[in-house]
Amino acid sequence: MRLLTHNMLSSNIKGVTNGFPLRIEVEKVVEKEVDLNMDFLRNMFAKIEWKALVEASRTMGYSELPDDAESSMLDSDEFLRKFHHALLELHLEEGALVCPETGRKFPVNKGIPNMLLHEDEV
Amino acid sequence: MASRPELQAPPEIFYNDDEARKYTSSSRIIDIQAKLSERALELLALPDDGVPRLLLDIGCGSGLSGETLTDNGHQWIGLDISQSMLDIALEREAEGDLILGDMGQGLGLRPGVIDGAISISAVQWLCNADKSSHEPRIRLKAFFGSLYRCLARGARAVLQVYPENLAQRELILGFAMRAGFSGGVVVDYPHSTKKRKEYLVLTCGPPSLSSATPKGKGEDGESGSDEDSSDDEENQSVSVSDRHRPRKKQKLNKKVKGREWVLRKKEQMRRKGNAVPLDTKYTARKRKARF
Repeated sequence: MRLLTHNMLSSNIKGVTNGFPLRIEVEKVVEKEVDLNMDFLRNMFAKIEWKALVEASRTMGYSELPDDAESSMLDSDEFLRKFHHALLELHLEEGALVCPETGRKFPVNKGIPNMLLHEDEV
Repeated sequence: MASRPELQAPPEIFYNDDEARKYTSSSRIIDIQAKLSERALELLALPDDGVPRLLLDIGCGSGLSGETLTDNGHQWIGLDISQSMLDIALEREAEGDLILGDMGQGLGLRPGVIDGAISISAVQWLCNADKSSHEPRIRLKAFFGSLYRCLARGARAVLQVYPENLAQRELILGFAMRAGFSGGVVVDYPHSTKKRKEYLVLTCGPPSLSSATPKGKGEDGESGSDEDSSDDEENQSVSVSDRHRPRKKQKLNKKVKGREWVLRKKEQMRRKGNAVPLDTKYTARKRKARF
């Protein structure tokens, strides 16, 4: 699972009002190289919760991202490369996602988070 | 003939390791899935500017439909309830991110982040109640509600479905409308039983000119030739569930009381002193067929 997806996912448990961002528990991280596409990054930038992305990338062991980002920084190639790396190339292979409110763990196996809820959580 | 998979078992059980492998090793199914997802992507009508979008594939299965999205340069997130199917997707090195989840529980995505959603042959599963806790109406509501929230304004969702009957189509569409979507059903090749495919084309937000439902293929004149075996294995058989076949006429197998019984009764009546006709060869004899 890439951080792009992590940035979109929120906890869906009944009664949880703010299920975002899910805390990441890391067991294994893999990096896969992907072609850089500036247009996509510029398009996505507005939709990304920057703080969550920075925090997530730090837990994954990548701390190059600046604390704050503005759309003017998108002109810098260096920034885009870092953004790209954090967003699309870091994969959480094994570990868990933890709901920030209830502490419920969603296990991640082989890169697939198991977001299935129990019957009493729907 | 295989009947509809929806009627056989819940999706996470029906698509077990065997079925998932079978599904993905059949070149015919791969071909059909590719065609369906290409058409869905076409109906999604993303702006033609070459910018990759973030799309959602609901019921992505083994990532066959996702492959089409990747080929068109888009990033995607796939959701499916079957672990076996997702394992195959990993094997096929699907480029999108995969999530094991149940669409009937809601999608669990942040609001307004997805540029478009497609779903190939999945949504009709929601109409089944596979567990005692399942209530199709609540699940449909949760699904469409969460889909509406996570889509960006003006974004589209194209859901290819195989509704079992008219009532099911109306049920699905009704909940989509109630969630706030505008749009309708596009039917490709409506005159052909085999090639006929239905797409729910939904637009996030109130109806406008841009959200007008596109026309289906082969609607006028263009004959959907049936030689083209582009039917899905899932739907080869005609559903009979809503056909009202007259019940076989039940044979009235009432015990007919015989001559002896009649004679006994007459004897009884005589003893009581009633006026009773004479016993003749006609007594208790069956009438001829055409009386």
